[in-house]
Amino acid sequence: MNSLADFVYVSAILFGIGIYGLITKRNALRLLFAVEILINAANLNFVAFGQYLPFAAGPQANAMGQTFVLFSIALAAAEAAVILAIVVVAYRIHHDVDVSELKSMEG
Amino acid sequence: MPDATFIAMMVVTVGGAIVALEADEIVYGAIGLAGSLFGVAALFFLLDAPYVAVFQIAVYIGAIAVLILFTVMLVRQEKWYKELPARSLSKLAGILTGLAIVITFTFAIISTNLSSDTQIQNTAGFVQIGQLISTTYSPVLEVLALVLGAAVVGALTLSRVDKEEKRE
Repeated sequence: MNSLADFVYVSAILFGIGIYGLITKRNALRLLFAVEILINAANLNFVAFGQYLPFAAGPQANAMGQTFVLFSIALAAAEAAVILAIVVVAYRIHHDVDVSELKSMEG
Repeated sequence: MPDATFIAMMVVTVGGAIVALEADEIVYGAIGLAGSLFGVAALFFLLDAPYVAVFQIAVYIGAIAVLILFTVMLVRQEKWYKELPARSLSKLAGILTGLAIVITFTFAIISTNLSSDTQIQNTAGFVQIGQLISTTYSPVLEVLALVLGAAVVGALTLSRVDKEEKRE
């Protein structure tokens, strides 16, 4: 049987990979990938803890983990659409996808 | 002890995430990301949450992964493919930070009794989810609809090409 700890381990590994990507990558699309991996790690935690919640917590509390993940997935979709549009515009203006070169908004 | 399905799906999830960040061409990276998202959906199935799993497949693989692939392929330029070399110091810092996070979480989980929790106790299905969404969290649903609409309009406005700009 899978225990709750197994799912939390997978979530922790995904989180570590996502942070590694956020720190090292300079390509804007890779950064988007890293953020998606981080969001997935959080979602996995939500569902895992919600499903292993004791039954005594009540049916509404039991469904809450899944409900929050549905909202989270919808938000991630909106975020990905906006980030991709920004990447396309930044490429059209700067002819580059290296985020460390995008300095026109620097104070 | 986790069963074989879980281990296979864990390999798909973690391997896909690594491919997404480390593949030479960004198209392969996008496909690796889709594989990782599919692995997470399979883990949702194992967690006895089929509704969330199907939602994950429909939205993440059906929309986000395809959107990324289309963006990469339609705006096909040399620089999408040119791999930007990570600065060696930042690479070392990234690996160390990632490892530190994983090790910290591992020790934190070991010190709890989460591994003795092997029985999925939740029997709530989509009936309870639907009740929650349409009663307690109905304001959240409406705000979410506004956010999605605003995001779509914003993305369209951002990526629109003006006629004067096109003529240049």
